[in-house]
Amino acid sequence: MPIEIENVTYTYMPLTPFERTALRNVSLTIEEGSFTAIAGHTGSGKSTLVQHLNGLLHPTTGRVMVDGADLAAKGKAAKNARCCVGMVFQYPEHQLFEETVAADIAFGPKNMELAEDEIDKRVRDAMEFVDLDYEKYHSVSPFQLSGGQMRRVAIAGVVALKPKYLVLDEPTAGLDPQGRERLLKKIVQLHKKEKVTIVFVSHNMDDIARVADQVVFMNQGEMILKDIPQRAFFEEEKLQAAGLSAPQLVKLLKGLRANGLDVETAAFTVEKGVENILAALRRKRNAD
Amino acid sequence: MLTDITIGQYFPGASLLHRLDPRTKIILLFLFIIDIFVFDTPLSYGLLSLFTVSLIYFSQVPMRMMIKSIKPLWWILLFTFLINLCSVSGEAFAHIWIFALTWEGLRQAVFICLRLILLILLSSLLTFTTSPLALTDALENLMGPFKRLGMPAHELAMMMTIALRFVPTLIEETDKIMKAQKSRGSDFSSGSLLHRVKSLIPILVPLFISAFRRADELAMAMEARCYRGGVGRTQMKALRITTIDYVAYGASLLFACTLVGLKVIGI
Repeated sequence: MPIEIENVTYTYMPLTPFERTALRNVSLTIEEGSFTAIAGHTGSGKSTLVQHLNGLLHPTTGRVMVDGADLAAKGKAAKNARCCVGMVFQYPEHQLFEETVAADIAFGPKNMELAEDEIDKRVRDAMEFVDLDYEKYHSVSPFQLSGGQMRRVAIAGVVALKPKYLVLDEPTAGLDPQGRERLLKKIVQLHKKEKVTIVFVSHNMDDIARVADQVVFMNQGEMILKDIPQRAFFEEEKLQAAGLSAPQLVKLLKGLRANGLDVETAAFTVEKGVENILAALRRKRNAD
Repeated sequence: MLTDITIGQYFPGASLLHRLDPRTKIILLFLFIIDIFVFDTPLSYGLLSLFTVSLIYFSQVPMRMMIKSIKPLWWILLFTFLINLCSVSGEAFAHIWIFALTWEGLRQAVFICLRLILLILLSSLLTFTTSPLALTDALENLMGPFKRLGMPAHELAMMMTIALRFVPTLIEETDKIMKAQKSRGSDFSSGSLLHRVKSLIPILVPLFISAFRRADELAMAMEARCYRGGVGRTQMKALRITTIDYVAYGASLLFACTLVGLKVIGI
């Protein structure tokens, strides 16, 4: 069953001079097994939106349904629904607190009241998933690690919950190019192998283009576009309005096309881009 | 949610009270506090109450907010009222158990509560109409004369400014960490007291770490911009006494004189 966001409006600090409406009438369905990317500039409401997905915020009006259960409702169904949505915040390494890496990753599973050996297994699996050697790191203090490693520990802490849906709020912010590459690969792997539904917030269009199968643009609290990437990145006006720009690769292909090379512009990975350009060049040579 | 807290309870606006120099407001607040304590006849209380209510009206701060500021002291007010009601000797109008309720007691209880309420309202009015930064600037300025006696006025004000500046930041941070831990299934609002105290550890540890990190970064940034304390430092927004300040001083003095006059005549 999907996550359904129905006509959600959210206002921060209502009835005070600091009142601010962060979301306006947003409706969105996140299908099970999809990879949704949410993009928008700072303050467009994307972080507020994703915090509705596991009931951290409840809509001022409208409702959010996860697997058919209303998140704002009281009772077991709503609580279970909240638990099946994992959330990785921006700079998740700032939430580490335990004395050892293993204990920190085990925090979530422990709260779920799992059996000891299950917790241990999940910690090992999660550490393996984020490429941290269990023997080497399990008893190290997370505060001795590098920034990139700390982030991996924090993400492992959420992955260990085995969520059905995983929300990541700018998970690659502040990472070096290699770290970001590795993390993206891991997220894609989680999506493909473990069939986890992913919601990915970012303003890096190159990242989004490579991984998403549904793209949502936010601007000033409103959802201005929801489409597949093949169409979304060619909506020049909406991209402009949202303060975003098309992925570099799309821009390059469009530039080539504008200069007379008959190239297919819908390519979101470098490999596909190269393929398209070569195909176009071949066609051109054959025509000559 | 945590982010809904207004710290320093500043209520932005452009009323007369907002435009007064913060120093004027602090000095006049002191004057009124003295007024409240010195003049204790029904008429002067009436005048002071009327005066406070009209100030609230002029400040354009909604009454709802003012009442909210009294709320936390509700129990203290009730306690004071009861103690005074039962402990002052005089003509009794009722007896409850071993306590005798007297007319004098009732009178005093009402006056003392009124006194407390006026004090709270007036000081809230100061914080409602003055931004925390303006307030610390004013304090630094007013403490200026004591610098000669070795009082580190600038340093104290800078510390207060920094503390105030970081209150919203830390609240935001706490909010974020709480949400992150909640997403990992921790529960802050149920269970035994011990359980709840324990559930604070996952919030406090990251919060302290981030506070230290921020402090470190700020110290570095200040040093990089050659901050060396208050000597010879000027302000970008210097405080200035304007006409409305003189008018406010004049009116308040006139008001105090009236109260003195009433006291002398003995009404």
